[in-house]
Amino acid sequence: MNDFPRWKHFLVAAVALLGILYAIPSLYQKQPAVQVLANKSGVVDEAVKERALQALQTRKVTFDEVIIKDERLLVTFPNTDSQLAAASALRSDLGDGFTVALNLASTVPAWLRAIGANSMPLGLDLQGGVHFLMEVDQKSVLDVQEQRYVDDIRSLARDKNIRNVKVSRGAQGIVVQASSSEDLDVIALAIGRDATDLIVSSGPSIGGSPSLIAKVKPERIKQIADNTIKQNVATLRNRINSLGVAEPMIVQQGDSRIVVELPGLQDTAEAKKLLGATATLDYRAVDESVNVAEAIRTGSVPPDSRIYYFKDGRPAVLKKKVIVTGDELVDASSAVDEQTGTPAVSVTLNSAGARKMLDFTTQNVGKGMAVVLVERTPEVRIVDGKEVRSAKITEEIISLATIRGVFSNKFQTTGLDSAKAASELALMLRSGSLAAPVDIVQERVIGSTLGADNIRKGVTAVIVGLFLVVVFVAFYYKGFGLIANAALLMNLILLVAILSIFQATLTLPGIAGIVLTLGMAIDANVLICERIREELRIGMTPLAAIRAGYEKAWATILDANVTHLIAAFGLMAFGSGPIRGFAITLAIGIVTSMFTSVTGTHSLVALIFGRSAKIKSLSV
Amino acid sequence: MELFNPNSNIDFMRWRKVSLTVSAILMVLSAAVIFVRGLDYGLDFTGGANVEVNYEKAIDVADVRAALTAGGFDKAVVQTFGGTNDFAIRIVSDENASSTTEEASAVANDKIAANVLKALNVTRPDAKVTSSEFVGAQVGDELRNDGLVAVIFVIAGISIYLWIRFEWRFAVSAVASELHDTLLTVAVFALTGREFDLPALAAVLSVVGYSINDKIVVFDRVREIFRSSRKGDSAEILNRSINSTMSRTIMTGVTTALAVGTLYFLGGPALENFGLIMLIGIFIGIASSIFFANPILLLLGVSKQDLMPVEKNDPELARRP
Repeated sequence: MNDFPRWKHFLVAAVALLGILYAIPSLYQKQPAVQVLANKSGVVDEAVKERALQALQTRKVTFDEVIIKDERLLVTFPNTDSQLAAASALRSDLGDGFTVALNLASTVPAWLRAIGANSMPLGLDLQGGVHFLMEVDQKSVLDVQEQRYVDDIRSLARDKNIRNVKVSRGAQGIVVQASSSEDLDVIALAIGRDATDLIVSSGPSIGGSPSLIAKVKPERIKQIADNTIKQNVATLRNRINSLGVAEPMIVQQGDSRIVVELPGLQDTAEAKKLLGATATLDYRAVDESVNVAEAIRTGSVPPDSRIYYFKDGRPAVLKKKVIVTGDELVDASSAVDEQTGTPAVSVTLNSAGARKMLDFTTQNVGKGMAVVLVERTPEVRIVDGKEVRSAKITEEIISLATIRGVFSNKFQTTGLDSAKAASELALMLRSGSLAAPVDIVQERVIGSTLGADNIRKGVTAVIVGLFLVVVFVAFYYKGFGLIANAALLMNLILLVAILSIFQATLTLPGIAGIVLTLGMAIDANVLICERIREELRIGMTPLAAIRAGYEKAWATILDANVTHLIAAFGLMAFGSGPIRGFAITLAIGIVTSMFTSVTGTHSLVALIFGRSAKIKSLSV
Repeated sequence: MELFNPNSNIDFMRWRKVSLTVSAILMVLSAAVIFVRGLDYGLDFTGGANVEVNYEKAIDVADVRAALTAGGFDKAVVQTFGGTNDFAIRIVSDENASSTTEEASAVANDKIAANVLKALNVTRPDAKVTSSEFVGAQVGDELRNDGLVAVIFVIAGISIYLWIRFEWRFAVSAVASELHDTLLTVAVFALTGREFDLPALAAVLSVVGYSINDKIVVFDRVREIFRSSRKGDSAEILNRSINSTMSRTIMTGVTTALAVGTLYFLGGPALENFGLIMLIGIFIGIASSIFFANPILLLLGVSKQDLMPVEKNDPELARRP
């Protein structure tokens, strides 16, 4: 057995060691915990810790540990009952300034975490998690669109020099009134030419003046709705990625809904804040006629203006009329100003926005323009025993700049403090271009008991399946069976280790993949052992039989595993959610099993039979 | 220990006409079962709602059904969770409902759980909804299409690989066998009357993977014996290949069956289907390797010339583990 190179022994030993090291964390179960996070202005400090301790002690809630880490207070508990009791105690005692949320704390020792060894994340079906059904407010998008057509028609009439035109939104669509039917015909023609998304029909005469009704085409409405939801799904995906949830599921459901599943998350508050808050943004002109300090003091501003504030409280008086809205914004990205070399944000508008921006900037060079971010956080309150849904709207200026020149579809906001500020502004602009407000219409927290039940069954299946296979193989192939079993065990450890390293979420179907891998991984050893038996039968010496067995079985093992991998990839590419979890486990299992059952067993065989030159018989 | 006598030489190829005929008939029957009787698709594929309810005091399934029918849910399917207190109620989304305005159906979907509860509470106020789930019909359609695409992708991918590594006859035989195995497995499953859900689809694709493994082991031996033997009587070589790999076939079949069997018996309701389909598929896959894949190879006229390597780029290297 001198033909088995030494470096392969080392490789097998190293992989085995690393495998064990990275598989260990999965043995540590997560611990129920409550985390306390300060809202925007507050801070979690020792004083908060004291208050939390007091709250827990007065309610006699048993807890393990209270620590402050990463600006949050984390309290761990021996069981979920005290976790829930503590959460409600902390919520009422700490007050509004803090977000109290349920969580699961890792119990993996620090030295393991230091080398990046963490336990496998568990799927929604195994440890519970949060399921959200979100409704995209399509109506508000259509409202905005219709309002825009109203403006378009008005400007068409102005272009044609037709006076006394009244455009308004009615139940049937956009109603256009003119003083004469000739004027109306001109407008109808213009709409037909320039606003092709509208269907024009004649309307009743209102107060002596003729009218026409313009409706948005159904195809266009469908297109708007389609785009809206796609944009929302994409934005949600970005936001959820920042939550750090492994394998989140974000799927469109129906025409106006999005399903979001966040496995492992018990902390609905943080997720809701992220998912529920929607931002839109408006470009508004600065009202230069007003002295800001004066306006604040007297409280009087022109009727077409309002006082807005920056996040840090600085005020500015802006016109109520919106120049360009967020959904006319196509892209915003951080850049470097070519002239000064300072951080900047470059913004691209669509053609409608570009035209409005051109109109505005032509007349307002040297004046100020501000971007207002409108955040809408849904709230549910209980009033007279009934749920009342409302939204808290906060408006804040995120940027105020002076118009340096005339521009339309592309422009830059310069003079930002840092590259970080620029990328933050770009991000805010992008998320503000989210077209529609989103509300959470259903929320389900999948309990940890159901998950615990599933994981118990899954783990039992893995252990029993492994046990049956191991006993059968040992019984059938004796000595070589034991070697194959060692490889099988190593395979399980490697599989868990790799899943942990990549932080792939383990789901119930994933457990099925592990069990299936365990059953089929032995195939390579079966092929090798059968070959060795065959070679022995035709009279080969034991060592020659072993060598021939490994050599001849290799091509078959390779072919069998490559085709099996193709099947796993098929599942991975086309499967969704749970199926993907299964396919990933299967694919990793195929690769690890090739290593353990061929290279791994060969190494063991070489160690066992390599030293004794004369072996009379093999136990196979 | 031996499960199969290594010296036996059963002439499987002698029965090839009978076995191919039987396989063909079984395939037609399976297709008939699947397309006429239809698969009982799960919520994942059909769309609809699943409401789980809990009664404080025991109740008969029939009473639950009666209450639902009275409440207007005539097509609701009620299942127990083994006990007499917990039930799962399935409501397949009504096709008429989807044709009305989007808004109306959205509202209806939202309220299914509430309406079910209302219907149940008429007779028994102690019923509670423990969890509810709703899947849009469109999502289900997409899943079903994706599943079909996945099966086709897998079969096509495997046959291309076999074409390159072996020869076109092997690819054709493998594709035919995969169709055979998929059809038979799904048909047997359909006869059990169980629900075809996502894990079941995963299992069907795994069966394809398992069964192709089986075929490849035999094909590999066929190629090897063809290349090494001087006279090339195809039928005899195929027989020898099947016989000499039979121990492995049975052995791997048993170990895999042991593993997926535990899923069926111990994995809980979510994994039962997966285990069952795999068990069916392992059996069918083994049978088709012997009685279907190899007879087809013979039928297509596999010969020694087709399998000689075109160029030898150090085959020793390729074989090294």
